[in-house]
Amino acid sequence: MRIGLRLATAVVLLFIYVPLLVIVVYAFNASRVQAWPIAGVSLEWFARAAADGSVRQAFLNSIIAASGATAIALVLGSMAALAVQRFAFFGREAVTFLVILPIALPGVVTGVALSATFQTLGIDFGLPTIIVGHATFCVVIAYNNVLARLRRTARSLEEASMDLGADTWQTFRHVFLPSLRTALLSGALLAFALSFDEVIVTNFTAGAGVDTVPLWVLSAIQRPNALPVVNVVATVLILLSVVPVYLAQRISGGETAGVTR
Amino acid sequence: MTSAAFARPPGVRRRLAAFLYRHPRLQLRLLLAAPLAWVVVAYVGSLAVLFANAFWRLDSFTGKVVFEPTLDNFVTLFSTAVYRTLALRTVGMAVLVTATCIALAFPIAYYMARIASRRVRGLLVVAVLMPLWASYLVKVYAWRTMLLGHGVINWALAPFGLHGPGTGEVAIWLVFTYLWLPYMVLPIYAGLERIPGSLLEASSDLGARAGFTFRRVVLPLVLPAVVAGSIFTFSLTLGDYITPQLVSNTKLLGNAIYDALGVPNLPLAAAIASIPVVVIVAYLLVARRLGAFESL
Amino acid sequence: MTNLRILATVATTAMLVAACSSASSAPSGMQASVGPGEGEVDLVIWTGYAENGSNDPAYDWVTPFQDATGCQVKTQDGTDSANMVQLMHTGNYDGVSASGDATLRLIAGGDVAPVNTDLIPNYANVFAGLKGQPHNTVNGVPYGVPHGRGANLLIYNTDTFTTAPTSWSVVWDSNSPAAGKISIYNSAIYIADAALYLSKHKADLGIKNPYELDEDQFNAAVDLLKQQNKIIGEYWSTATQQIESFSAGDMLAGTTWQYQVNQLTDAPVAATLPDEGSTGWSDTWMISAHAKHPNCMYKWMDWIISPKANAMATVWFGEAPVSKAACDEAEKLSPGHCDTFHATDEAYFSKIAYWNTPQKECGDDRGAVCKDFTDWTNAWTDITGS
Repeated sequence: MRIGLRLATAVVLLFIYVPLLVIVVYAFNASRVQAWPIAGVSLEWFARAAADGSVRQAFLNSIIAASGATAIALVLGSMAALAVQRFAFFGREAVTFLVILPIALPGVVTGVALSATFQTLGIDFGLPTIIVGHATFCVVIAYNNVLARLRRTARSLEEASMDLGADTWQTFRHVFLPSLRTALLSGALLAFALSFDEVIVTNFTAGAGVDTVPLWVLSAIQRPNALPVVNVVATVLILLSVVPVYLAQRISGGETAGVTR
Repeated sequence: MTSAAFARPPGVRRRLAAFLYRHPRLQLRLLLAAPLAWVVVAYVGSLAVLFANAFWRLDSFTGKVVFEPTLDNFVTLFSTAVYRTLALRTVGMAVLVTATCIALAFPIAYYMARIASRRVRGLLVVAVLMPLWASYLVKVYAWRTMLLGHGVINWALAPFGLHGPGTGEVAIWLVFTYLWLPYMVLPIYAGLERIPGSLLEASSDLGARAGFTFRRVVLPLVLPAVVAGSIFTFSLTLGDYITPQLVSNTKLLGNAIYDALGVPNLPLAAAIASIPVVVIVAYLLVARRLGAFESL
Repeated sequence: MTNLRILATVATTAMLVAACSSASSAPSGMQASVGPGEGEVDLVIWTGYAENGSNDPAYDWVTPFQDATGCQVKTQDGTDSANMVQLMHTGNYDGVSASGDATLRLIAGGDVAPVNTDLIPNYANVFAGLKGQPHNTVNGVPYGVPHGRGANLLIYNTDTFTTAPTSWSVVWDSNSPAAGKISIYNSAIYIADAALYLSKHKADLGIKNPYELDEDQFNAAVDLLKQQNKIIGEYWSTATQQIESFSAGDMLAGTTWQYQVNQLTDAPVAATLPDEGSTGWSDTWMISAHAKHPNCMYKWMDWIISPKANAMATVWFGEAPVSKAACDEAEKLSPGHCDTFHATDEAYFSKIAYWNTPQKECGDDRGAVCKDFTDWTNAWTDITGS
């Protein structure tokens, strides 16, 4: 059975990585035509990508948007999770449902609905509206992670802390928060990734002149000349993704990385 | 934690803390206020406004929405065969993609959670997370390039005298499975990791064979995690319109919604969008019964 | 489509009359003067319609505009006409480069305002054939200025078709050598191509204008498209998509823009205008009814049809410039450009029925019995989704 599992794991990994490999290889393609095998090796597209200021700006915007959305999602998601886990109240199940709804609905519906609301409220479009839009569907991730962790941590630890004379804040800071650390971290990682890669809602909440990486890609794939540069950007993103994942592992103190709950 | 942290004299903060502790209801309200205000006001409010459109109609002369309650849009929806076709195809695709994701995710998740060493496990988590960072659009385009005539799939199959699936419904299925797979692997992995090893040992001590243990012990325990993952794979498939556009010449519900919004015929778009909403609500209700919300 | 030219003349005369009377007679909602710029202009554009040199330093018509007017250009690329209408409907932008299948939707939806062409000095130089077009003019009142124009051409693989096809039948006929590998534009507006074909091959339907279809004519077009659906290889949404599939040899014939053909230099591919004529497009810069920076938008509309800027923009995208002066500038950038795109060839464009938004009101003595764009969209979903 072990051999079978090992084999299956290898096959799935192959399935995951062949397309990524194709992207990386095409980033070095000497020809604009994406035929296989590639015509020759060239670094031209890397030079082009490096020279393109709009890519850097989009990258910066994406990081700001994803960080903002993640922060909001963590705070709101944790609060909702705490309420649902620690209290019994009328409509408790509805909270779960409401939190899941934004990710469950088609992005184009969410995008149009939010943009209409921003418009009605007279809010100028830009990074803040992107953050609000993204935070809305990222809440569910923080909520899920924190809720799962709360279910597994015994309340007795907090009670012990209070019995020993700590107040609510101290207990929160020194007992409660550390117990949530990895859950928050894994939630943050997924929420960040989700926001970083969001196309449809962003299209409706960005307004003119604000590009995020996915919006930049959306516009670049409409320029046949830019397709190789898009592959370069994707390659760099894949390589850079090691950074947050690695950091998360370090911070969580070697506890199973990423998304354990 | 040092004892000094506890030695501070009681201050306003502390009195407030004590007050809150004695008034749990207030705590609850404070906790719920912000998230609910956000989700309900910012999101559900916007949605309600949008979906209210489904009960209005578009005046074909002025192109403006007429605010008279009507069921016209739903009549159009139910009387036009294509919406039924689209709904069935889309839901069918969502089910198929979800099932494939489960089938692919199980072995790797099991290997990660139960067999791999600590170090390998860490690496595998990173490996599964990595594709989430390559842009969605880039991944779909990469698949398109691979599936086309001069792409890598035909190149690899040619020596065997075979042909790739090309673009079409099979391509949609492949690409969706690819895109959403990490969202399935991670919850299943977490679910499996949570099962105490002693439980499995007990089962085998009692004479159960591996297959039996899997069916009767592992599966029931991990089912909620599977359902949790499927909420992602299922609903993401229901709403997508970009992938079908790029790798096939068929359409899904998302495309119909997108087209109606482009008329702009908000009333019809809202009516069509109510199909995935109803499907997802039904799905979530089933998921709740299966206990998925407990393990999300 | 000779009636287009008559219409154009009528409209131009109407505008001249309007120009002679004082500016105060401008219809309501129309701006009477252009003041100083507001420092910014927010545009929804087709990719490549506002280049700032970041893709190619030689093609930059945004920076000089910003320097000259102080209006910072902020853009968002629309992915297709539907997306552009969706975005403009939010009221969050100053202007849009709308194709003809979007313009009347925007006008009818009240999302864009009429344009006072007196305030746009360069408008005087625009070819008469591009003024007062039915897709951007209502009752003689223009709702924008043209960006350029182009035809929807028949693209074909030169290995499969050794001589250029003379009829669109190669994309309609079930026995076409390209059957199963036909590449068609993914938009409801393509129904007009079916109507145009029928107008030449089924005269008894009496189709005069492919955008004004009554029940019978519409159903005939939809039936033709449903039949075609069986031999379709792809419905393309972006130019890149079609370029990829033709260079892969996955597609053998279809509808295209000159743009794709120019990009496909390495592939055995050519394009032609068949005898039936074709549909085409003339994109229009329109100003939002809710524009926050109307003065900058007027300045932009004037800029984009000025000879140098228009030459750059149309050479960059691959379409015909809007004026003789722009044409001369374009020749300097890319010799032969104006011939390739038939810029001054009104006889060529008389065979082109520009994209227009179908409306209930037929526009002739039939009255309000025509299929509107909602019907077209539903039918398109039906054709491509079944």
